[in-house]
Formats: sequence, structure tokens, C-alpha cells
Amino acid sequence: MEVLATRNISKYFYEPEKFQVLKDITLTINRGEFLSLVGKSGCGKSTLMYVLSTMDTDYEGELEIAGQKLTGKNQDTLSAFRNEHIGFVFQFHYLLPEFTVLQNVMIPALKRNKFSPEEIEHKAMERLKTLGVEQHAHKPSNKLSGGQQQRVAIARALINDPDIIMCDEPTGNLDSYNTHLVFDIFKQLTHEYKQTIIAVTHDDEFASKTDRIVQMSDGHIVL
Amino acid sequence: MFGSRFKLTLEIAKVHLLSKPKQTVIAMLGVTFGIAMFIALVGLMTGLNDFTEEITMTSSPDIHIYKDVTSPRPTILQQTSPGSLTWVHHQKPKNELTKVRNAYRIMELIRKNEMVRGVAPALSSQVFYNYGPAQLNGSILGVDILEEDKLFGLKSKMKEGRIEELLATREGIIMGQGLAKKLDVKKGNRIVITTPEGHTMTLKIVGIFQMGIGVVDNVRCYANIGTVQTILQQDPSYVTDINIKLNDRHLAKKYAAELEAKYNTKAEDWETANATFLTGVIIRNIITYAVSVTLLIVAGFGIYNILNMTIYNKMKDIAILKAMGFAGGDVRSIFMIQSLIIGLIGAMAGLVIGYILSVLISKAPFNGGDIISLDHFPVNFDPKFYIIGVVFGVITTAVAGYMPSRKASRIDPIEILRGQ
Repeated sequence: MEVLATRNISKYFYEPEKFQVLKDITLTINRGEFLSLVGKSGCGKSTLMYVLSTMDTDYEGELEIAGQKLTGKNQDTLSAFRNEHIGFVFQFHYLLPEFTVLQNVMIPALKRNKFSPEEIEHKAMERLKTLGVEQHAHKPSNKLSGGQQQRVAIARALINDPDIIMCDEPTGNLDSYNTHLVFDIFKQLTHEYKQTIIAVTHDDEFASKTDRIVQMSDGHIVL
Repeated sequence: MFGSRFKLTLEIAKVHLLSKPKQTVIAMLGVTFGIAMFIALVGLMTGLNDFTEEITMTSSPDIHIYKDVTSPRPTILQQTSPGSLTWVHHQKPKNELTKVRNAYRIMELIRKNEMVRGVAPALSSQVFYNYGPAQLNGSILGVDILEEDKLFGLKSKMKEGRIEELLATREGIIMGQGLAKKLDVKKGNRIVITTPEGHTMTLKIVGIFQMGIGVVDNVRCYANIGTVQTILQQDPSYVTDINIKLNDRHLAKKYAAELEAKYNTKAEDWETANATFLTGVIIRNIITYAVSVTLLIVAGFGIYNILNMTIYNKMKDIAILKAMGFAGGDVRSIFMIQSLIIGLIGAMAGLVIGYILSVLISKAPFNGGDIISLDHFPVNFDPKFYIIGVVFGVITTAVAGYMPSRKASRIDPIEILRGQ
């Protein structure tokens, strides 16, 4: 069952001069797939991911996630859509430093405002348990190690049961121990919980172990 | 922890403010200082205005009817053929009595008007006061003392004696405190007065009053109108002034013009009589508001700066919040709430400090000298100004916070989140 589909997505950069960064990208991703997006620096893989994430709306073509056509929707609709359907993991954890680990995980769910704060707290604790950082729940987020912070960021991405988790170099800032740990978590999520994950990476070893590799070159999908 | 969606934005705003307490307090102090100065300044200025207005208004009539000797006197030729060219060189004013004709009849008619609170006749004359070798010039005002009291509240101005004592003695006089001090006389002393025409009379001081204004207290005496008519050797219908108090003094200007036309005499309203004083009030108000607004604008710049800095430091947080589904409006609210909290708390503290300053000022000793009898500053504690202060403070911070908040809402998360 497909969870994300694009049709003929093209995108141009205008600075310093007009340049086509994405060329007619047509891509379908199925539920539960662990997909890595690879390619040389500047090939457009990050740019594609930000188009898929709905944060970048300046493109041609069509984007559909979870059966909803998202092209042409306004920013507020897309914000609400991201809140419900997409989780993010970046190279850096981007946890809010003034809040505790638990609060950080809860924020997207509180923003969604579908469940009571008590339910959300319970769910956040479960996510933290799954990722093995529940003992740090009440610490300020900036008191954790890099690997722990990245796991908290993954817990945060999972809190609203998103259709897709999008990752931009999720292990780019981690040592090999934590890289393996994060990879295993992703693997477990896709296989046990049918979680869809799209990861932009230039780590070939990481990519080689994913279910599907999409290779990009000069704005085209080549593999 | 936090409940609804608004509570979440509020919570984030609160955490931002509390994570940089020093910065927050400094931003608040800007507003506090501005509002405190506004409250103290406006309290003092309007307090002074009200005080001077109070004493000028209670001691002067709303409308003053008198015969104006300087009014132009047309020649018979001008009256018979208007438009013709006539020229009279070195015309002198006619020697006519400064008497208001039919004064008692006019008063009777005026009293019937329901706008009028009271009407009193007066007969004023320049006189010399002689006590021993001392001779001072001043004025004597012949009045119906009970009517006069109704208009100007003379009873409360008495320092010694009672106004009723004037009714009991035909040759009595109530003297201004400044004048009594200069002549070194007390209640019960007798003094001799001399009119410009050379008539003299000995009068007994039955009381001493203080209006609080030097120009009155240093020159004026009250006597029965009949006594003054006798000194001037005039008939009992001789009255030079009619003083009127209205229920609403703001109608004075219109009513004065009406009276002037109706009775063919000069009728001056309080606004015209006190024009210089009213200009002073306006200028003091302008200065107060100009200084306060300037202070608040400076405080506004402070908030603008601090919010800009906060937003610069929180770029990453803003980017991740937007990625996670916070709309531009949510981000704007987070920072607007911060500036409004700064504004509201700052303004409240400003009110408290402003109030304390006002109390201190009102207790400060101040010598008004001979001009005004004051021993400390009059301060206005009208709650209206406290409300204006809060509204001012909140509006300033809202305006100052709006631009940085809008900037934050427009941050493009991709530029910040793209890891490289």
C-alpha cells in the first residue's frame, strides 16, 4: 500500500543563477518501507526530502501523502498536516534546551491536542522506554549525551504515530556505536511497527542495510 | 503540565522569559520606569492644575458683569449717518459712573434662569488703608456677605472671626490676611480708609480671610455694600459688578454673550478672564504627555531589541517547532505573548512605583510664597491616569513586539534545519 507518491516533481534554484535542482521526480513509497536517499553532495537528495516533507512548497509537479494531495495547500494546512502525519529526525537533535526530555517528546502531541495531557504523558513515556531513555525523562534535554539526545528526538518524531518519519542525515553527528543503535531502532520500527522511514544519508554502510536505496544524481533518480 | 493549545504557546513563552531572567527584568524595567514617570509627572502636573484651577475658580465668578469705561463712544454724527467719514482727534473717555444700571432688576431676572446657581452684587473701589503712619493701597468690595458666601464659600476661607459679624456691625470690615499682615493689624483694630475722591471713614476689622491667592489676599477687604455706598457717597442702587455662578461653568461663554446683548453691558466669562492660566494648563499637559510618551518609546525600543535577540538565539527552536507543525501564527503568538507579559508586568510595577513616587511628592514640603498658599505639592491620584498608564504600556509593548514576532513567524525552517 502506497503512503507517498510524487508525480513529475521539478524544482529550480534562482540564486545565483537559474538552475534545475530536481528533474521530473516520480516516486512511490509503500507503507513500512525503510528507504534511504543517497547521492553525491549537491545531487538534490536533501532538496527532494524537504519537498516531500511539505516544508518546501516552491516546486512543480504533484505530491500526495497518505492519500491526500498536498500540492497547492496553504502553509497553515501543511503545518497541521506535518503535525499529524510526519515525524522528523535531523542531523542535530534540535531538542528545546529549556524543557525536560519528557516535555520535548510531548510537545508535538500537545500541539495536536487530540489526547489529554495525561494520555500524552503516558504515551511519551512508552516511546522513551522503546528507545531506552526513559530513565532520563525528567532531566533537562541538554544534560544528555549526543546519542541519547538523538534517541529522544526519534521518540519525539514518533509521538503522533506519523505515517512517515523523514530523516536528514540522522546519524551524521553520531559515533559508530550510536549509529548502529539508531539504525537498529529504525530497523525495528519498520519491521515490527510497519513504520515508514525515509532517510537522506551519505553513509553508504547505513544505506546498504536499508530495504530500498534511491540513488540520485544531478536531480534525477538513477536507481 | 500544559493543557490546551493556547496553554502550550503560553507555556513556551513563559519558559523563554524565565530562561533569561536578567534580560526579561531589564526589558520590564524599561516599561516600569516609563509608566512610573508618567504616573508621577501626570499626578503632579494635574494636581497643580487642579489646585490652581480650584482656587482661581472658587475666588472668581463664572460670569462677571460690569460697566466697561473703555468701550468706544460713537459720536452723534456717526450714529445719524453711519458710513460717513468722521474723525475726532484726541477723544477722552467721558466722565461717567462705573455703575451697572438697573443692577437689582437685572439680578432678579438672571436669578430666574435655571442654569444660574447664584448671583451677587458687588461694589468695588480703590482705597487707601491707613493704620498709624502706614498707608497701603488696595480695594474694598462692598457685598451682600451671605450671597457672596453662597458663590465663593467665604465661610471656609475665614481665618479669624465669622462672616455674620459683618452683618452685626455697620462699620465692619473683613480683611485679607496678606494685607492684615502688612498693616500689622488684628481682629478688633480700627483702621481709616480713604477713597480716591478723598472721603474717609474709620472701620473696625471684624474678621480676616485667606483665599490662597496673593493678588486677592494682599489687597482686598469685604464690607457691607451699604457701607461702601456711604463711603463713596452714592445712592443705594449704586452697584459696579454683578457676579454670577452657574451650575455648569462650561456654559459661561455662551451665556455671557447672551447677557451682554440683552442688557447692553460688559459680561466677561471665566475662560476669557483666565485665558493665560488656561494656556498654562494646556502647555503643562502637553509637556507631561510628551515626556511620558518619549520614555515609553525608549522602553519600546528596549523590548524590540531584546525580542530580536531572543529570536536570533532561538532560530533553531523556531525551525523545529515549525517543522513539527506549529503554524506561523503560533510562533508569532509565542513571541507576542512574551512582549505582552513584559509590558503588563512592567506596567503594573510602574503603577506601584509611580504611586509610591506620587505619595513621596505629595509629602514633600514646598513653599508657594506669597503668590499661592501651599506648604506641600498637590498631587492627583485619579485612577483614570493609572488606567491610561497600563493601556499606554501594553500598547507600546505590543507595537514593539509585533515586528520581531512577525519576523519569527516568517523564518524558513529549511534554511536552518538543513544539516551540512
